[in-house]
Amino acid sequence: MSAIGSSQATGSNMSTGTPPAAIPHLAIDPFSIAFFDDPFPAHQALRDAAPVVYLDAWNVFGVARYAEVHAVLNDPATFCSSRGVGLSDFAKETPWRPPSLILEADPPAHTRTRTVLSKVLSPTVMKQLRQHFTAVADATIDGLLVRGSFDAIAELAEAYPLSVFPDALGLRPDGREHLLPYAGLVFNAFGPPNELRQNAIARSAPHQAYIAEQCQRENLAPGGFGACIHAFADTGDITDKEAPLLVRSLLSAGLDTTVYGIGAAVYCLARYPDQLARLRADPTLARNAFEEAIRFESPVQTFFRTTTRAVEIGGCQIGEGEKVLMFLGAANRDPRRWAEPDSYDITRKTSGHVGFGAGIHMCVGQLVARLEGEAVLVAIARKVASIAISGPVTRRYNNTLRGLETLPVTLTAA
Amino acid sequence: MPTIHFIHPDNCIENVEADIGNSAMRAALAHGLGGIVAECGGGAVCATCHVYVDETWLAKLKPVAADEDELLDGTASGRLPNSRLSCQIEMTAELDGLVLRLPQRQT
Repeated sequence: MSAIGSSQATGSNMSTGTPPAAIPHLAIDPFSIAFFDDPFPAHQALRDAAPVVYLDAWNVFGVARYAEVHAVLNDPATFCSSRGVGLSDFAKETPWRPPSLILEADPPAHTRTRTVLSKVLSPTVMKQLRQHFTAVADATIDGLLVRGSFDAIAELAEAYPLSVFPDALGLRPDGREHLLPYAGLVFNAFGPPNELRQNAIARSAPHQAYIAEQCQRENLAPGGFGACIHAFADTGDITDKEAPLLVRSLLSAGLDTTVYGIGAAVYCLARYPDQLARLRADPTLARNAFEEAIRFESPVQTFFRTTTRAVEIGGCQIGEGEKVLMFLGAANRDPRRWAEPDSYDITRKTSGHVGFGAGIHMCVGQLVARLEGEAVLVAIARKVASIAISGPVTRRYNNTLRGLETLPVTLTAA
Repeated sequence: MPTIHFIHPDNCIENVEADIGNSAMRAALAHGLGGIVAECGGGAVCATCHVYVDETWLAKLKPVAADEDELLDGTASGRLPNSRLSCQIEMTAELDGLVLRLPQRQT
């Protein structure tokens, strides 16, 4: 893969006192298989080229340094979400599905829906779920220790969230096999019209039908997140038409992301046995060990914003109506922000990483993710002596999500 | 630059300089203070920057907003009448000398 593609540069005539810096054009395609296989050299090239780069592969601006990614995330009035957080500009193209009422919305509309989901997924609600989530994680690890050797993606990273999250949402037992394919579709669809996106959308009809059905009030068990969302329609906080779409947000973003997050954490502990040893010595580090895995692997690699006005960022000018790609994974390993960014350190002060985003759109389900991640890692800390990789590790390709297809491991009991 | 006196659960005091306009949480993180986790980085999502405000300072703070109020019900250490989230305490010159006690647990 070529790092910095051409010497061409985008200038600007806009007057701001000091002349704006030229924006380098790069030939990197961040949605290519070669990139997915090893994004780190490209991340470094993106960061080192300039605070803002232009990606000729898809005609978008890009930011990969922590400072600029953080700035874009925290200026939603300039870098909006309502024109889509993928490459597709909703002002110019019809979205592949009705836009999300929270992810693909701006204030003030966003504020209302965000408030509802924040209440449904609040710290208080997590306290009520903790005991059950912990018990299921303990039982999962006990069962895997009996088996000894297994695929940690299918049998742990997928199996555990599937055994707690759909029930917490209140989903029907039938049809759950659509959940992961639907989420994979959603995250592929944020990318450009490449093979990954086209294939995912071509096969999407049955998954979309299941999701639409499952979002309806009568199909959601009382007491679950889904029913709680619908209850906000009774109080007038949202309308009857909005409630199913907000349930859809949890089905889109609440499962696959935690699968990738737990997969990342297990992969880290398998590769860095010294960190597993520290975790075993002090299981209270479990929550931060999960958080550090989110920083280190950044399961959600990228999101786009669209400029609502001409703006200067990092000394570079971007015009109105431009797509800006934020490299969350590159920001999370930016040496300008992090000491020894390429080491997995479970005692690192992780606050400020952008693996869950930042600002008003920061992952509304982050507490569920952390609860799941912590429960699994506490169980590992208490019960597992070693995690050995015992077969070929293969990558799963997705336009937005970074993670593995297979991670064969052998566990030994503590 | 206003100073915040953080008191750890073992009564050890740590003094932290804060930038005016920044939150007490940011000042704590910039200082590398243990005891403030701030998982959400100030997004008012997580309730892991919980502090107990010294009674003499309580009235000098802006009142608790609705979203903060809701989050405080979910803190890991028990909520008290003087509980606040330090990400919602904006530092001003008048808050020089602010005393904040840290809870036993944040998660």
